[in-house]
Amino acid sequence: MTEEFWRWTESRWTSPDIDWKSGDIITAGCDVGSVSTQAVVMVDGQLYCYANMRTGSDSPDSAMRAINWALEGTGMTLDDIQYSVGTGYGRVNVPFAQRAITEIACHARGANFIYGSTVRTVLDMGGQDCKAIHCDERGKVVSFLMNDKCAAGTGRGMEVFADLLNVPITQIGELSLQVDEEPEPVSSTCVVFAKSEASALLRSGWPKEKVIAAYCSAMAHRVVTLLERIGMEEDFAITGGIAKNIGVVSRLEKELGVKALQTDYDTQLAGAIGAALFAKALVEKQRKGK
Amino acid sequence: MIANYGYKDGSGEYFISIDTDKCDGCGDCVGACPYGVLITGEDPNDPFREEPVAMVSEDHRKKIKYSCAPCKPVSDRPPLPCVAACGSGAIEHSW
Repeated sequence: MTEEFWRWTESRWTSPDIDWKSGDIITAGCDVGSVSTQAVVMVDGQLYCYANMRTGSDSPDSAMRAINWALEGTGMTLDDIQYSVGTGYGRVNVPFAQRAITEIACHARGANFIYGSTVRTVLDMGGQDCKAIHCDERGKVVSFLMNDKCAAGTGRGMEVFADLLNVPITQIGELSLQVDEEPEPVSSTCVVFAKSEASALLRSGWPKEKVIAAYCSAMAHRVVTLLERIGMEEDFAITGGIAKNIGVVSRLEKELGVKALQTDYDTQLAGAIGAALFAKALVEKQRKGK
Repeated sequence: MIANYGYKDGSGEYFISIDTDKCDGCGDCVGACPYGVLITGEDPNDPFREEPVAMVSEDHRKKIKYSCAPCKPVSDRPPLPCVAACGSGAIEHSW
Protein backbone atom coordinates (compact mmCIF):
# COMPACT_ATOMS: atom_id res chain seq x y z
CA MET A 1 0.00 0.00 0.00
CA THR A 2 1.23 3.46 -0.76
CA GLU A 3 1.77 5.85 2.08
CA GLU A 4 -1.16 8.11 2.88
CA PHE A 5 0.58 11.45 3.22
CA TRP A 6 -2.55 13.34 4.23
CA ARG A 7 -3.25 11.09 7.20
CA TRP A 8 -2.53 12.62 10.59
CA THR A 9 -2.03 10.53 13.69
CA GLU A 10 -5.05 9.79 15.83
CA SER A 11 -4.35 10.04 19.54
CA ARG A 12 -5.69 9.46 23.03
CA TRP A 13 -4.48 10.49 26.47
CA THR A 14 -5.39 10.09 30.14
CA SER A 15 -4.25 12.42 32.88
CA PRO A 16 -2.00 10.55 35.32
CA ASP A 17 -2.78 13.04 38.12
CA ILE A 18 -6.56 12.81 38.37
CA ASP A 19 -8.53 10.17 40.23
CA TRP A 20 -11.92 10.49 38.59
CA LYS A 21 -13.67 8.51 41.31
CA SER A 22 -13.12 11.33 43.79
CA GLY A 23 -14.40 13.93 41.31
CA ASP A 24 -17.63 15.80 41.92
CA ILE A 25 -18.73 16.88 38.44
CA ILE A 26 -17.81 14.62 35.53
CA THR A 27 -18.74 15.98 32.09
CA ALA A 28 -17.94 15.19 28.49
CA GLY A 29 -17.68 17.21 25.32
CA CYS A 30 -17.75 15.73 21.85
CA ASP A 31 -16.81 17.77 18.80
CA VAL A 32 -17.86 15.97 15.63
CA GLY A 33 -16.19 17.96 12.88
CA SER A 34 -16.20 17.44 9.15
CA VAL A 35 -12.74 15.90 9.22
CA SER A 36 -11.95 15.01 12.83
CA THR A 37 -13.88 14.04 15.95
CA GLN A 38 -12.69 14.70 19.49
CA ALA A 39 -14.18 13.45 22.74
CA VAL A 40 -12.94 14.79 26.06
CA VAL A 41 -13.91 14.01 29.63
CA MET A 42 -13.37 16.62 32.31
CA VAL A 43 -13.41 16.07 36.05
CA ASP A 44 -14.32 19.21 37.99
CA GLY A 45 -13.25 21.36 35.07
CA GLN A 46 -9.87 19.65 34.61
CA LEU A 47 -9.00 17.71 31.48
CA TYR A 48 -9.08 14.01 32.41
CA CYS A 49 -8.91 12.12 29.12
CA TYR A 50 -9.44 12.61 25.42
CA ALA A 51 -9.46 10.92 22.06
CA ASN A 52 -8.88 12.61 18.72
CA MET A 53 -9.70 10.67 15.58
CA ARG A 54 -11.02 10.97 12.04
CA THR A 55 -14.73 11.41 11.46
CA GLY A 56 -16.26 8.56 9.50
CA SER A 57 -19.25 8.71 7.20
CA ASP A 58 -21.58 8.17 10.16
CA SER A 59 -21.57 10.98 12.77
CA PRO A 60 -23.24 9.08 15.65
CA ASP A 61 -20.84 6.21 15.13
CA SER A 62 -17.83 8.58 15.03
CA ALA A 63 -18.95 10.19 18.29
CA MET A 64 -19.36 6.80 19.97
CA ARG A 65 -15.99 5.56 18.74
CA ALA A 66 -14.28 8.71 20.02
CA ILE A 67 -15.83 8.62 23.50
CA ASN A 68 -15.25 4.88 23.84
CA TRP A 69 -11.62 5.33 22.89
CA ALA A 70 -11.25 8.24 25.31
CA LEU A 71 -12.67 6.10 28.13
CA GLU A 72 -10.55 3.06 27.26
CA GLY A 73 -8.53 1.87 30.24
CA THR A 74 -9.92 4.52 32.60
CA GLY A 75 -12.51 2.29 34.26
CA MET A 76 -15.06 5.02 33.59
CA THR A 77 -18.20 4.26 31.61
CA LEU A 78 -20.67 6.54 29.86
CA ASP A 79 -22.99 6.15 32.88
CA ASP A 80 -20.43 7.87 35.11
CA ILE A 81 -20.64 11.04 33.00
CA GLN A 82 -23.25 13.40 34.40
CA TYR A 83 -23.72 15.65 31.40
CA SER A 84 -22.45 15.66 27.83
CA VAL A 85 -22.54 18.39 25.22
CA GLY A 86 -22.15 17.81 21.50
CA THR A 87 -20.64 20.42 19.23
CA GLY A 88 -19.29 20.83 15.71
CA TYR A 89 -20.84 20.15 12.39
CA GLY A 90 -22.33 16.82 13.56
CA ARG A 91 -23.42 18.14 16.97
CA VAL A 92 -27.04 17.03 16.71
CA ASN A 93 -25.85 13.49 16.00
CA VAL A 94 -24.01 12.80 19.25
CA PRO A 95 -26.04 9.97 20.81
CA PHE A 96 -24.87 10.44 24.41
CA ALA A 97 -25.12 14.24 24.49
CA GLN A 98 -27.97 15.92 26.36
CA ARG A 99 -27.47 19.16 24.50
CA ALA A 100 -25.91 20.60 21.34
CA ILE A 101 -24.05 23.91 21.39
CA THR A 102 -22.45 25.53 18.35
CA GLU A 103 -18.73 25.19 17.82
CA ILE A 104 -18.48 28.99 17.85
CA ALA A 105 -19.44 29.15 21.52
CA CYS A 106 -17.39 26.03 22.32
CA HIS A 107 -14.21 27.16 20.56
CA ALA A 108 -14.26 30.48 22.37
CA ARG A 109 -14.75 28.73 25.71
CA GLY A 110 -12.13 26.10 24.86
CA ALA A 111 -9.56 28.68 23.74
CA ASN A 112 -10.14 30.51 27.02
CA PHE A 113 -9.27 27.26 28.86
CA ILE A 114 -6.30 26.31 26.68
CA TYR A 115 -4.69 29.72 26.22
CA GLY A 116 -5.93 31.56 29.29
CA SER A 117 -8.29 34.44 29.95
CA THR A 118 -6.23 37.01 28.02
CA VAL A 119 -7.41 35.63 24.65
CA ARG A 120 -9.64 38.06 22.81
CA THR A 121 -9.43 36.87 19.20
CA VAL A 122 -9.74 33.21 18.30
CA LEU A 123 -9.25 31.90 14.82
CA ASP A 124 -10.56 28.38 14.48
CA MET A 125 -9.06 26.80 11.39
CA GLY A 126 -10.95 23.59 11.10
CA GLY A 127 -11.26 20.79 8.63
CA GLN A 128 -13.71 22.41 6.30
CA ASP A 129 -14.45 25.88 7.58
CA CYS A 130 -12.82 28.79 9.28
CA LYS A 131 -14.23 30.94 12.08
CA ALA A 132 -13.07 34.23 13.53
CA ILE A 133 -14.33 34.82 17.06
CA HIS A 134 -13.95 37.64 19.58
CA CYS A 135 -14.48 36.68 23.19
CA ASP A 136 -14.30 38.26 26.62
CA GLU A 137 -12.18 37.23 29.62
CA ARG A 138 -14.64 34.45 30.49
CA GLY A 139 -14.55 32.99 27.00
CA LYS A 140 -18.01 34.30 26.11
CA VAL A 141 -18.48 35.18 22.44
CA VAL A 142 -18.57 38.93 21.74
CA SER A 143 -18.75 38.66 17.96
CA PHE A 144 -18.10 36.03 15.35
CA LEU A 145 -17.84 35.43 11.67
CA MET A 146 -17.86 32.10 9.98
CA ASN A 147 -16.88 31.13 6.49
CA ASP A 148 -18.28 27.73 5.78
CA LYS A 149 -19.19 28.18 2.18
CA CYS A 150 -15.76 27.34 0.94
CA ALA A 151 -13.06 24.96 2.17
CA ALA A 152 -10.21 27.21 1.04
CA GLY A 153 -7.84 27.91 3.90
CA THR A 154 -8.77 24.80 5.86
CA GLY A 155 -7.34 21.49 6.94
CA ARG A 156 -8.94 19.59 4.10
CA GLY A 157 -7.10 21.79 1.61
CA MET A 158 -3.83 21.03 3.36
CA GLU A 159 -4.57 17.30 3.18
CA VAL A 160 -5.11 17.60 -0.55
CA PHE A 161 -1.74 19.32 -0.91
CA ALA A 162 0.03 16.75 1.27
CA ASP A 163 -1.23 14.09 -1.08
CA LEU A 164 -0.36 16.00 -4.23
CA LEU A 165 3.20 16.68 -3.09
CA ASN A 166 3.79 13.36 -1.29
CA VAL A 167 4.80 15.16 1.89
CA PRO A 168 3.49 13.91 5.26
CA ILE A 169 0.98 16.46 6.55
CA THR A 170 2.90 17.01 9.78
CA GLN A 171 6.01 18.07 7.85
CA ILE A 172 4.34 20.49 5.46
CA GLY A 173 4.70 23.52 7.72
CA GLU A 174 8.44 23.07 8.25
CA LEU A 175 9.04 22.31 4.58
CA SER A 176 7.19 25.44 3.48
CA LEU A 177 9.68 27.54 5.44
CA GLN A 178 12.66 26.09 3.57
CA VAL A 179 12.49 28.61 0.75
CA ASP A 180 15.07 31.34 0.22
CA GLU A 181 12.54 33.76 -1.06
CA GLU A 182 8.81 33.82 -0.41
CA PRO A 183 6.99 32.97 -3.68
CA GLU A 184 3.81 34.69 -4.80
CA PRO A 185 0.80 33.02 -3.17
CA VAL A 186 -1.19 30.71 -5.45
CA SER A 187 -3.92 32.89 -6.89
CA SER A 188 -6.81 30.48 -6.50
CA THR A 189 -8.43 30.23 -3.11
CA CYS A 190 -10.55 27.25 -4.08
CA VAL A 191 -8.84 23.99 -3.09
CA VAL A 192 -9.61 22.29 -6.38
CA PHE A 193 -8.34 25.19 -8.51
CA ALA A 194 -5.37 25.73 -6.19
CA LYS A 195 -4.45 22.09 -6.68
CA SER A 196 -4.50 22.37 -10.45
CA GLU A 197 -2.52 25.60 -10.21
CA ALA A 198 0.02 23.81 -8.00
CA SER A 199 0.25 20.91 -10.46
CA ALA A 200 1.11 23.39 -13.19
CA LEU A 201 3.77 25.00 -10.99
CA LEU A 202 5.33 21.59 -10.28
CA ARG A 203 5.36 20.85 -14.00
CA SER A 204 7.07 24.12 -14.69
CA GLY A 205 9.89 23.04 -12.39
CA TRP A 206 9.06 24.59 -9.02
CA PRO A 207 10.42 22.52 -6.11
CA LYS A 208 7.92 21.11 -3.61
CA GLU A 209 8.84 23.53 -0.86
CA LYS A 210 8.21 26.52 -3.08
CA VAL A 211 4.79 25.22 -4.12
CA ILE A 212 3.78 24.52 -0.56
CA ALA A 213 5.08 27.92 0.55
CA ALA A 214 2.87 29.51 -2.09
CA TYR A 215 -0.12 27.56 -0.81
CA CYS A 216 0.52 28.26 2.89
CA SER A 217 0.78 31.94 2.18
CA ALA A 218 -2.43 31.92 0.12
CA MET A 219 -4.17 30.20 3.01
CA ALA A 220 -2.84 32.69 5.53
CA HIS A 221 -3.87 35.59 3.35
CA ARG A 222 -7.36 34.24 2.94
CA VAL A 223 -8.08 34.01 6.67
CA VAL A 224 -6.53 37.42 7.30
CA THR A 225 -9.29 38.92 5.17
CA LEU A 226 -11.84 37.28 7.50
CA LEU A 227 -10.13 38.89 10.48
CA GLU A 228 -10.12 42.24 8.73
CA ARG A 229 -13.87 42.26 8.81
CA ILE A 230 -14.20 41.35 12.47
CA GLY A 231 -11.11 43.20 13.72
CA MET A 232 -8.03 42.03 15.62
CA GLU A 233 -7.64 42.42 19.33
CA GLU A 234 -4.81 40.77 21.27
CA ASP A 235 -4.17 38.24 22.65
CA PHE A 236 -4.59 36.19 19.54
CA ALA A 237 -4.90 32.40 19.44
CA ILE A 238 -5.48 29.80 16.76
CA THR A 239 -7.41 26.59 17.36
CA GLY A 240 -8.05 23.60 15.12
CA GLY A 241 -5.66 21.44 13.17
CA ILE A 242 -4.02 24.20 11.13
CA ALA A 243 -2.69 25.73 14.36
CA LYS A 244 -0.13 22.90 14.23
CA ASN A 245 1.12 24.00 10.81
CA ILE A 246 4.01 26.39 11.41
CA GLY A 247 4.05 27.33 7.73
CA VAL A 248 0.57 28.84 7.89
CA VAL A 249 0.85 30.15 11.45
CA SER A 250 4.10 32.04 10.88
CA ARG A 251 2.78 33.61 7.67
CA LEU A 252 -0.43 34.59 9.44
CA GLU A 253 1.55 36.19 12.26
CA LYS A 254 3.65 38.06 9.74
CA GLU A 255 0.67 39.37 7.81
CA LEU A 256 -1.25 40.34 10.95
CA GLY A 257 1.78 41.75 12.75
CA VAL A 258 0.89 39.88 15.95
CA LYS A 259 2.14 36.68 17.56
CA ALA A 260 -0.24 33.81 18.23
CA LEU A 261 -0.21 32.31 21.72
CA GLN A 262 1.52 28.94 22.10
CA THR A 263 0.25 25.89 23.96
CA ASP A 264 1.16 22.30 24.81
CA TYR A 265 -2.46 21.22 24.41
CA ASP A 266 -3.61 19.60 21.19
CA THR A 267 -5.23 22.58 19.44
CA GLN A 268 -7.81 20.31 17.81
CA LEU A 269 -9.35 19.76 21.24
CA ALA A 270 -10.57 23.32 21.80
CA GLY A 271 -14.17 22.70 20.71
CA ALA A 272 -14.61 19.51 22.74
CA ILE A 273 -13.02 21.11 25.82
CA GLY A 274 -15.39 24.07 25.49
CA ALA A 275 -18.32 21.69 25.20
CA ALA A 276 -17.29 19.79 28.35
CA LEU A 277 -16.93 23.10 30.23
CA PHE A 278 -20.42 24.17 29.12
CA ALA A 279 -21.65 20.77 30.33
CA LYS A 280 -20.12 21.50 33.73
CA ALA A 281 -21.75 24.94 33.85
CA LEU A 282 -25.09 23.38 32.93
CA VAL A 283 -24.79 20.81 35.75
CA GLU A 284 -24.02 23.63 38.19
CA LYS A 285 -27.00 25.59 36.90
CA GLN A 286 -29.27 22.56 37.39
CA ARG A 287 -28.01 22.10 40.95
CA LYS A 288 -28.64 25.74 41.78
CA GLY A 289 -32.15 25.50 40.41
CA LYS A 290 -32.99 22.62 42.73
CA MET B 1 -22.79 39.52 20.68
CA ILE B 2 -22.45 40.54 17.05
CA ALA B 3 -23.41 37.50 15.03
CA ASN B 4 -22.25 37.70 11.41
CA TYR B 5 -24.08 35.32 9.13
CA GLY B 6 -23.09 34.91 5.52
CA TYR B 7 -19.94 34.47 3.55
CA LYS B 8 -17.27 36.00 1.45
CA ASP B 9 -16.61 34.77 -2.05
CA GLY B 10 -14.89 35.94 -5.20
CA SER B 11 -17.66 38.46 -5.91
CA GLY B 12 -17.74 40.20 -2.55
CA GLU B 13 -18.68 40.03 1.12
CA TYR B 14 -22.22 39.17 2.07
CA PHE B 15 -22.93 39.32 5.78
CA ILE B 16 -26.02 40.07 7.82
CA SER B 17 -24.96 41.17 11.31
CA ILE B 18 -27.33 40.82 14.23
CA ASP B 19 -26.49 42.52 17.50
CA THR B 20 -27.90 39.99 19.94
CA ASP B 21 -27.60 42.44 22.83
CA LYS B 22 -30.01 44.78 21.06
CA CYS B 23 -32.26 42.00 19.71
CA ASP B 24 -35.07 41.01 22.07
CA GLY B 25 -36.36 38.22 19.85
CA CYS B 26 -39.61 40.07 19.03
CA GLY B 27 -39.71 38.58 15.53
CA ASP B 28 -40.77 41.74 13.65
CA CYS B 29 -37.94 41.15 11.16
CA VAL B 30 -39.16 37.62 10.52
CA GLY B 31 -42.54 38.92 9.37
CA ALA B 32 -40.97 41.74 7.37
CA CYS B 33 -38.63 39.55 5.30
CA PRO B 34 -40.46 38.43 2.15
CA TYR B 35 -38.11 35.50 1.60
CA GLY B 36 -37.93 33.81 4.99
CA VAL B 37 -34.26 34.60 5.50
CA LEU B 38 -34.64 35.51 9.15
CA ILE B 39 -35.95 33.32 11.94
CA THR B 40 -36.08 33.58 15.71
CA GLY B 41 -35.25 30.87 18.20
CA GLU B 42 -32.95 29.75 20.98
CA ASP B 43 -29.54 31.41 20.61
CA PRO B 44 -27.33 28.64 19.24
CA ASN B 45 -24.18 30.49 20.29
CA ASP B 46 -25.16 31.39 23.83
CA PRO B 47 -26.47 28.41 25.81
CA PHE B 48 -27.37 30.57 28.80
CA ARG B 49 -29.53 33.14 27.02
CA GLU B 50 -33.15 32.81 28.12
CA GLU B 51 -35.00 34.88 25.49
CA PRO B 52 -35.18 34.03 21.79
CA VAL B 53 -32.99 35.82 19.29
CA ALA B 54 -33.11 36.54 15.56
CA MET B 55 -30.74 34.76 13.19
CA VAL B 56 -30.32 33.95 9.52
CA SER B 57 -31.88 30.58 8.77
CA GLU B 58 -29.55 27.72 7.97
CA ASP B 59 -31.11 27.38 4.51
CA HIS B 60 -30.13 30.90 3.51
CA ARG B 61 -26.72 31.35 5.15
CA LYS B 62 -24.80 30.25 2.10
CA LYS B 63 -26.85 32.14 -0.47
CA ILE B 64 -27.90 35.45 1.08
CA LYS B 65 -26.42 37.33 -1.86
CA TYR B 66 -29.26 35.84 -3.89
CA SER B 67 -31.93 35.56 -1.16
CA CYS B 68 -31.62 39.27 -0.35
CA ALA B 69 -31.11 40.48 -3.92
CA PRO B 70 -34.80 41.32 -4.60
CA CYS B 71 -34.73 43.84 -1.73
CA LYS B 72 -31.58 45.45 -3.12
CA PRO B 73 -32.35 46.96 -6.54
CA VAL B 74 -29.42 48.69 -8.21
CA SER B 75 -31.08 52.08 -8.32
CA ASP B 76 -33.59 53.77 -6.02
CA ARG B 77 -32.80 51.65 -3.04
CA PRO B 78 -35.62 51.67 -0.51
CA PRO B 79 -34.82 50.84 3.13
CA LEU B 80 -34.41 47.11 3.66
CA PRO B 81 -37.61 45.67 5.16
CA CYS B 82 -35.78 43.72 7.88
CA VAL B 83 -33.64 46.69 8.93
CA ALA B 84 -36.65 49.02 8.88
CA ALA B 85 -38.77 46.60 10.90
CA CYS B 86 -36.24 46.26 13.69
CA GLY B 87 -37.14 48.83 16.35
CA SER B 88 -33.91 48.34 18.25
CA GLY B 89 -31.62 48.68 15.22
CA ALA B 90 -30.05 45.28 15.68
CA ILE B 91 -29.75 44.32 12.01
CA GLU B 92 -27.13 45.44 9.50
CA HIS B 93 -26.20 44.29 6.02
CA SER B 94 -22.61 44.49 4.82
CA TRP B 95 -23.46 45.06 1.15
